[in-house]
Amino acid sequence: MSHAAAGAIDPHHEATTATGIPNKKLLMWLFLASDCMFFGSLIATHLIYRLNPIEGNASPTRIFDIELTSGSTFILLMSSLMMALAVEAIQKGNLKMMRVYLFTTVFFGLLFLGGQVYEFNHFVHEKGLTLSSSLFGSTFFVLTGTHGCHVAIGVLWLLSLTLYSYTGKLTRADAIDVEAAGLYWHFVDIVWIIIFTAVYLIEYI
Amino acid sequence: MATSTTKSDSHEHGSDLSSDSISLFKRPTAKTGLLSWLTTVDHKRIGLLYGASALFFLLVGGFEALLIRAQLMVPNNDVLSADVYNQMFTMHGTTMIFLAVMPMSAAFFNFMVPLMIGARDVAFPRMNAFSFWVFLAGALIINASWVLPDANGLTVDAPNIGWFGYANLTSSTYSPGLGTDFWILGLQILGLASIMASLNFIVTIINMRAPGMTMMRLPVFVWMTLVTSFLLILAFPAIAIALAELMMDRMVGTNFFEVAKGGQPILWQHLFWVFGHPEVYILILPAMGIISEVLPTFSRKPLFGYPIIVFSGAVIGFLGFAVWSHHMFTTGLGKLATAAFAMTTMAIAVPTGVKIFNWIGTLWGGKLLMRTPMLYALGFIWMFMMGGFTGVMHSAAPADAQQQDSYFVVAHFHYVLIGGSLFALFAGIYYWLPKITGRIASERIGKLGFWTIFSGFNIAFFPMHFLGLNGMPRRIYTYADNLDWNRWNFVSSIGAFLLGIGAAILVIHVLYTVFKGEKAGDDPWHGRTLEWSISSPPPEYNFAAIPMVRARDVHWHDKHTDTPPPVNPASAGERDHGVHMPDQSWYPFFAAMGLCIGGFGVIYTSAFGWAAGTVALIGAGILLISAYLWALEGPAGYHLHPEEEEGK
Repeated sequence: MSHAAAGAIDPHHEATTATGIPNKKLLMWLFLASDCMFFGSLIATHLIYRLNPIEGNASPTRIFDIELTSGSTFILLMSSLMMALAVEAIQKGNLKMMRVYLFTTVFFGLLFLGGQVYEFNHFVHEKGLTLSSSLFGSTFFVLTGTHGCHVAIGVLWLLSLTLYSYTGKLTRADAIDVEAAGLYWHFVDIVWIIIFTAVYLIEYI
Repeated sequence: MATSTTKSDSHEHGSDLSSDSISLFKRPTAKTGLLSWLTTVDHKRIGLLYGASALFFLLVGGFEALLIRAQLMVPNNDVLSADVYNQMFTMHGTTMIFLAVMPMSAAFFNFMVPLMIGARDVAFPRMNAFSFWVFLAGALIINASWVLPDANGLTVDAPNIGWFGYANLTSSTYSPGLGTDFWILGLQILGLASIMASLNFIVTIINMRAPGMTMMRLPVFVWMTLVTSFLLILAFPAIAIALAELMMDRMVGTNFFEVAKGGQPILWQHLFWVFGHPEVYILILPAMGIISEVLPTFSRKPLFGYPIIVFSGAVIGFLGFAVWSHHMFTTGLGKLATAAFAMTTMAIAVPTGVKIFNWIGTLWGGKLLMRTPMLYALGFIWMFMMGGFTGVMHSAAPADAQQQDSYFVVAHFHYVLIGGSLFALFAGIYYWLPKITGRIASERIGKLGFWTIFSGFNIAFFPMHFLGLNGMPRRIYTYADNLDWNRWNFVSSIGAFLLGIGAAILVIHVLYTVFKGEKAGDDPWHGRTLEWSISSPPPEYNFAAIPMVRARDVHWHDKHTDTPPPVNPASAGERDHGVHMPDQSWYPFFAAMGLCIGGFGVIYTSAFGWAAGTVALIGAGILLISAYLWALEGPAGYHLHPEEEEGK
């Protein structure tokens, strides 16, 4: 099998699509639609059980540390701003600023995760709330834990992208790769806003 | 870990691999043999892999069904013990739905959709390969429960909780064995495979259409693939979360379905059926798509009411999410909810009926060619309607209270799933076999198979209506001989064996045709859609030049118009530098293997503790490393010259 081939494959060349939307972008949007249903099922589970508590269920307001969680929510929001700036930087071909913004995003993401680790640790050891201690413990840890996993995957993804950029193979033409990661990051952030409202704030009404 | 940069000249295909890719292994290039199948990214080969697996599991699930019918043939029978009987009907349902019908639809999605929209492959070829290997991993895990040992060295009981695994039967109190864990992890992994495959198909159908192939020119099968894929990505998360909650209950002691701690088993039913009812349409919409291709071809008429058929399919998909509680009428939902779900369920019969009338409209006044695919298609319309009528009967909640959990329901869903889904998939097999293999199945054996299946199916399942109305419940392993159920159970079992013989004829006939069948030519049915415009079997690159689409039934249009189809401006450049083909890859296979190993590790953590946990971590590690190497190697690719290929 030999082919007298001319012209190299351009790895940055995204074949033109029927709609003009890049394949990777469409894929990410569709995945996020699917992910909505994952979180939707978990949040529904939490809210249904919240409305039907039994004797001995944990009392959330006595467990939550709302100041700490509000703080980490703000940090996560700011990480989304950094992410947006990183996407803008690579779209303009400014690799240096993209790295600065991506590192900041990763740093804020890690801060958020640190807050969650501290929170979980605090709940388990100080407040006696565990996965099996009560129904609230089950729904709370599984829902916020799933979100934490999403953040952790996002951190790993963004860190990998940033480090990869030092190979010189991430160029302006690959802005879509950063943009797709950005879509994911913003989504995880938005989901947190919903969780913060439906799990934390709702208990203070 | 040493990574080596694959230089373009190290590549067998010549000079044009991008030097950008980083790879642990040399990029595989084998075109024949086992390695070529393990590393393939070609949608046609992946379609064949899905098809072969589906036929295999169809036989496995069929064998399980025959054991069930052998047990029920006469009263007080002891072919199967009560416990084995439970495993048998659980595995029969799970196998047929997830390992036979869904992958057979996926086989046609894979093989046909890119050809029908005038594309060279799916949008993400490596992800497509990954979806298949993940599917196989899930299938392996579920079926491994038949043979693998538990902590005491005894064989694990296969899952015995029913295909919908209602809580709290599945709790560690009532199902302490590992079989339930095999079922949970297996289904979870199968769901992952389905979601990824569907994401790929949606992007492919929306983005990879040939110039001129507008949405309203898409073949109906492609449309139904699109709707089905949307159902899959939106419905599977519900069962994924339900399974995850159940797994946590069993493994780390959460309380999601633990009644003593306030957990409510009814939540499982809701989450399961939010997935489960769209799943019904996931099984039937591809079938409706196939029928909408076969009927016009063998009636020599365009499809009657194309836009209405398309919109009906979309409406069915949409309403499919609003009817799940009709599986739960007898749980005491309350009058309002019951009435609402009864109403939406009746409403969904409307777009379904619209489709039936449009198919009849397609036949009306047509020049009908009674070939094997057409027989299956006509059988589909009739049998699916019978299943549909009993379905409408179930939508009336008071009637459903009588029919719930009886053999009437068993009759209903087998009419929809065999008379519906499988008949259509068999029509698809006989219709597309000449395209897929280049060989055509003989009409005589094909028709013999059809009539055996058709009569066996009706003899097996029509009496179940009577049995159900006479009060025979589902899932009993035997019955007393004074209940007046003896005669119809005996008849039903005879029918089931006949159906088994028919299925065996079909599978053997298909295999014979693949290897020894008569040469078919490129367009034996005088087809309408783009797949018939290329050679049989299709070349690796599908289309030497991406076609320009001028009309809905584009191949008919091109054959019957004097003006030749316009030349795609892009094809000039391709003649120059060749067609861009994606490279094969090891990582989809390795990543799926990691997932499979990880799955087994998780299953055995409750039995072997940390040792199994380590295996799970090793699996996760393989998955993670494969994912990184996958990303780093990039899609790459090489250039192929169709004229040279054809000259060989």
